[in-house]
Amino acid sequence: MSKITLSDAPPGVEGAGFFATRLDKAIGLARANSLWPLPFATSCCGIEFMATMGATYDLARFGAERPSFSPRQADMLLVMGTIAKKMAPVLRQVYTQMAEPRWVIAVGACASSGGIFDTYSVLQGIDEIIPVDVYVPGCPPRPEAILDGVLRLQDIVKNESLNRRNTPEYKALLEKYGIVSEHE
Amino acid sequence: MNKLDNSQVIESLQRKFGDHIHQITEPKGLLTVHTDRGHIIEVLQFIKEDERLQFIYLTDITAVHYPGSELEFMIVYHVHSLVHNVRIRIKVPLSKMDLVIPTATVLWNGANWMERETYDFYGVNFEGHPDLRRILNMDEMEVFPMRKEYPLEDPNRVDKKDLYFGR
Amino acid sequence: MSKSISKISHNSPVLEDNDPQDDLITLNLGPTHPATHGVFQNVLQIDGERIVSGVSTIGYIHRAFEKIAEHRPFYQITPLTDRLNYCSSPINNMGWYLTVEKLLDIEIPKRVQYMRVIVMELARIADHIICNGILGVDTGAFSGFLYVMQEREFIYEIYEEICGARLTTNIGRVGGFERDFNESAFAKIREFLVRFPPVLREFQELFDRNRIFIERTSNVAAVTAEEALNYSWSGPILRATGVDYDVRAHSPYSSYEEFDFDVPVGTNGDVYDRFSVRNEEMWQSLRIIEQALEKIDKEPTGVFHADVPDFYLPPKEDVYTSMEALIYHFKIVMGEWDAPKDEVYQAVEGANGELGFYLIHDGGRTPYRLHFRRPSFINYQMFAPMSSGMLISDAIINMSSLNIIAGELDA
Repeated sequence: MSKITLSDAPPGVEGAGFFATRLDKAIGLARANSLWPLPFATSCCGIEFMATMGATYDLARFGAERPSFSPRQADMLLVMGTIAKKMAPVLRQVYTQMAEPRWVIAVGACASSGGIFDTYSVLQGIDEIIPVDVYVPGCPPRPEAILDGVLRLQDIVKNESLNRRNTPEYKALLEKYGIVSEHE
Repeated sequence: MNKLDNSQVIESLQRKFGDHIHQITEPKGLLTVHTDRGHIIEVLQFIKEDERLQFIYLTDITAVHYPGSELEFMIVYHVHSLVHNVRIRIKVPLSKMDLVIPTATVLWNGANWMERETYDFYGVNFEGHPDLRRILNMDEMEVFPMRKEYPLEDPNRVDKKDLYFGR
Repeated sequence: MSKSISKISHNSPVLEDNDPQDDLITLNLGPTHPATHGVFQNVLQIDGERIVSGVSTIGYIHRAFEKIAEHRPFYQITPLTDRLNYCSSPINNMGWYLTVEKLLDIEIPKRVQYMRVIVMELARIADHIICNGILGVDTGAFSGFLYVMQEREFIYEIYEEICGARLTTNIGRVGGFERDFNESAFAKIREFLVRFPPVLREFQELFDRNRIFIERTSNVAAVTAEEALNYSWSGPILRATGVDYDVRAHSPYSSYEEFDFDVPVGTNGDVYDRFSVRNEEMWQSLRIIEQALEKIDKEPTGVFHADVPDFYLPPKEDVYTSMEALIYHFKIVMGEWDAPKDEVYQAVEGANGELGFYLIHDGGRTPYRLHFRRPSFINYQMFAPMSSGMLISDAIINMSSLNIIAGELDA
């Protein structure tokens, strides 16, 4: 018995020698199971991410085997730790450098809302400067929570329509943050 | 070598500097003396280079703000004699109008960032410092945030409404 | 420009004045460079692979700890200390409580002191594991990191038994601990003493006599004792230069004077020495934990805090049932306690060096001023000056061996 589990096929029509399904379901399945994370680790949560990548929790099981430190080759931006106002432009630049489609997970209280650091120097949540898909609570979240966040993101990725990134709603969302898509 | 104790440190400081060393106390056993801006570098140099004292290790430099008093700012030096394991705390009061003190980087390279941090937080000008810029906060910042008159939270924020916090 | 190049002592080629290659390249390393493990920016002037000069910029996660501390009662400052050096939070927690206890003149029962020693030494091991593991990764040996990280997870399990949290532990109370170590915690600590040594030995054998590792690290970023003291270095990196300054031995706290342990020192002050000093410190920490367990067995059981009802939070079940406990609870939580007006400096040996707490109390609810002497901040300032003349790859492992923790650096 192999230890490898196959993911479920998307709903479709199956017959002798063929299987028909929607293109965006098939692509979503492929994308969701090979997300390349870009760990943007600034503080404590980054240490828990190290544990998540380590042998005990092993994020690689979910297809996120290859941490990509280059934003150009990453799909999933994991923002872990406090983002100070001094850091905000850097984070934004990293986000704009990522190619579409791109997703963002805010890991931990600081990235989600500023956490306990309600001070003059700390950005009160990264959603002030970039759009966020999944928030992971905790200070820091346990590795299981980070894994859960990745799984929730996989659900989003699986069900995203291929056309979403071209819709006016999406463009309006980016515009709200003042981000100009590089693919225009 | 005989063990050095606080009374011997006081004695050699007073022999050398007389009245410029004052307000000698020992809170929790840590010798604390006050001196003035004109003598701080001489005092530091003396305790560092004196053969008996050997306070060769600069532990820390920081400042404290006492709004309302005549001399609002207190610069605090912690120096450690590693050989004798004796610590000393030296304080220099400064007024808000004239917030200048000579730099200790002439004695220790390690003083560089400690002084930059103190400048960043309190706006204390360390005269002769090779590179006195902000270190932790953004360069564009206009205030010195650790002064007591400035609030902890960002006053320009819009995301957390007072109503929700019962204020 | 060419004149400054010809000053470099290492074997770099000396360029002629009219050489078209004598322009330097500006390299912006950071603040999110993957090789730097944290938020450090260095703008380097490079001549090929060699660094000519550099400027460090820090403050990218400045969170204003000292300002927050002026607005929080004493118990609420413990979570802040967690987030200073988050690789070894318990040392910071204990350092803070030691500071408050020094201010309040509280006598701590021996058993509690030994329990604290155990927690602090576990934290030291956890911190050194990260630093040395990462140093291995940076020199191209990934497997060592994976081996020791497994043991670090086990240390986290012990933390969880003690306090329920993994990383930001918030262990302790003024006067002792929130609860006693349970049976399973003691059993796990004993198990750790058995299972960690073979792993550490294997980890060390991977590196100690490994030709590649030695070539990559020995004589890299060598620092003399004079330079290190001049820059106020402390901790393992100072000891690697040959100065035996360890706060645990110099100004013992929490009964460290009763323990038999060595303070390892290096000779060269290079990256290899720092690595070796940290490894040896892990062995010494194991020795200390072993002794602490023996000492605890001789103490009366069940003692886990000093008898200071004015400062130690009453048990939660009493708070709900007894008026007196409720009043005490309320007073302590609101910071309405009688602490003397005084100033205290308390240093502990953090994993990176002397972690100092300078507390000025004016009798109010919150500290009047709390300054952290953060070893990472003070150790890091030598990085840019010492990088001049180094290869970029050497500068990277130099940074790893300094073990700069961004939270502690920027406060």
